[in-house]
Amino acid sequence: MYQARARISGFEQEQNILVGDSQVVWDGKSYADTAIPWQSPVNGMIYGTIFNVNEQLDAMKETFHEKPYLTKPNRPVLYVKPRNTINAHLHEVVLPEDVSEVQINATLGVVMGENATRLSEENAMEYVGGYTVVNDVTVPHDNFYRPNIKNKVRDGFCPVGPWIMNKDVVSNPEASMIWTFKNDELIQVQNLTDLVRPIKKLLADVTEFMTLYKGDMLLVGVPHNPPIAVNGDTIRIEIDQVGRLENTFVHETGGTAL
Amino acid sequence: MKHARVACFGAIHDAIEVEGQVKLRDGRRVDPDSVVWLPPVMFGTIFALGLNYADHASEISFQAPEEPLVFLKGPNTLVGHRGQTRRPAGVEMMHYECELAVVIGKTAKHIRKAEAYDYIKGYTVANDYAIRDYLENYYRPNLAVKNRDTLTPIGPYLVDKEDVPDPMNLSMRTFVNGELTQDGSTKDMVFDIPYLIEYLSSFMTLQENDVILTGTPKGTVNVKEGDKVVTEIEGVGSLENSIVGDRVFHS
Repeated sequence: MYQARARISGFEQEQNILVGDSQVVWDGKSYADTAIPWQSPVNGMIYGTIFNVNEQLDAMKETFHEKPYLTKPNRPVLYVKPRNTINAHLHEVVLPEDVSEVQINATLGVVMGENATRLSEENAMEYVGGYTVVNDVTVPHDNFYRPNIKNKVRDGFCPVGPWIMNKDVVSNPEASMIWTFKNDELIQVQNLTDLVRPIKKLLADVTEFMTLYKGDMLLVGVPHNPPIAVNGDTIRIEIDQVGRLENTFVHETGGTAL
Repeated sequence: MKHARVACFGAIHDAIEVEGQVKLRDGRRVDPDSVVWLPPVMFGTIFALGLNYADHASEISFQAPEEPLVFLKGPNTLVGHRGQTRRPAGVEMMHYECELAVVIGKTAKHIRKAEAYDYIKGYTVANDYAIRDYLENYYRPNLAVKNRDTLTPIGPYLVDKEDVPDPMNLSMRTFVNGELTQDGSTKDMVFDIPYLIEYLSSFMTLQENDVILTGTPKGTVNVKEGDKVVTEIEGVGSLENSIVGDRVFHS
């Protein structure tokens, strides 16, 4: 079993858990993961990264030279997922009335274990606390110049979890694959060896100008051609060595929204 | 009332302004010159408006937008009154932006314009610096332009909304080394405060201590290492900041 940390409804403190293939040990007892009322294990700032997957960057090559972009990105292209977007394992994602379909951006979240400023590639990984599974739910759009935040900031549009796997048990996160299932059918496979900036390089380039605090999370990149989910779909994202995150998408009028 | 967070006597304190002095919760009164000023609120989501004054939009060669241009910032970028802001070596265009910051008072979604002020806690002054050298044509304005550490001074005080009766008619001025360089009014916002609160809350929940930096008018000029920049808004406050160079940031 693997050591991880979680946040669970009714408990203010982060909980230490052990994660096995089909069960979770919490406070000495064994549970199916569906039996635990999960909260997001992350409650710091969440920064996303786009164009950090080679397949996506290659597909955009021509577009990058056209207006309004003119040249390919130089620094990491980042955005913020604000706190109202944070959602948890097995919770519903509510599609607002004006949104009929969303992109499923399955990605790895790197959670900081210490405050991190001006890291070098050599020391960057020492500041990582662990890893989690993230679905950066996004309203489809094709403008990357000045995209409206509405595409990314809807309430509950960032499921995270179920837990933060301690970094010691994820020996080489970039050797992991990301498997995305829609209604139990495998619909996308990503290989984390395909990152434009590997994690340590991304951390160094980001913390060169902005501090990531303990508990903040940096998403390593969103996939090329993210699959679509609509009302009623259940999406499960599995990342080897890290975890599996499942959410059902419901329409605002039909679901049990807050 | 005006609320601050300050460091003095070996601790961080919540404080209020009384007769020109800083009064700590425990009753001690301190000279404003002998405290370290922190951002006045532990802010939640930080929204900022691009091009929300038509004259500034034309100044940096944009048409005023048809829908608010909103971007987000992180807490790493905030510094308090009399803080230092870093100007990296070799940069050609770094400009201040004097902005009225609107602090949300309670959690809500789908707020209507007519009720927007009910959801405001108060106001403070922000200086939303930008370093235009780092502008790239992706997710503008890029975090490298706007979200660098130290790039957003804010404060000195959070002023209760009751003490700012007409936030849409406040003069805003910036002084660089004592010289007036920016002179505008909040009345020239393209999208006013009630509009922005209705707009943002139409697609996301606003929470207590979220803050909206409402944009800057014309008159943004380049600042250099050693400059003292004062951004002030009538009835809200006067926010001082110093520009420091790379020399103090040893590798």
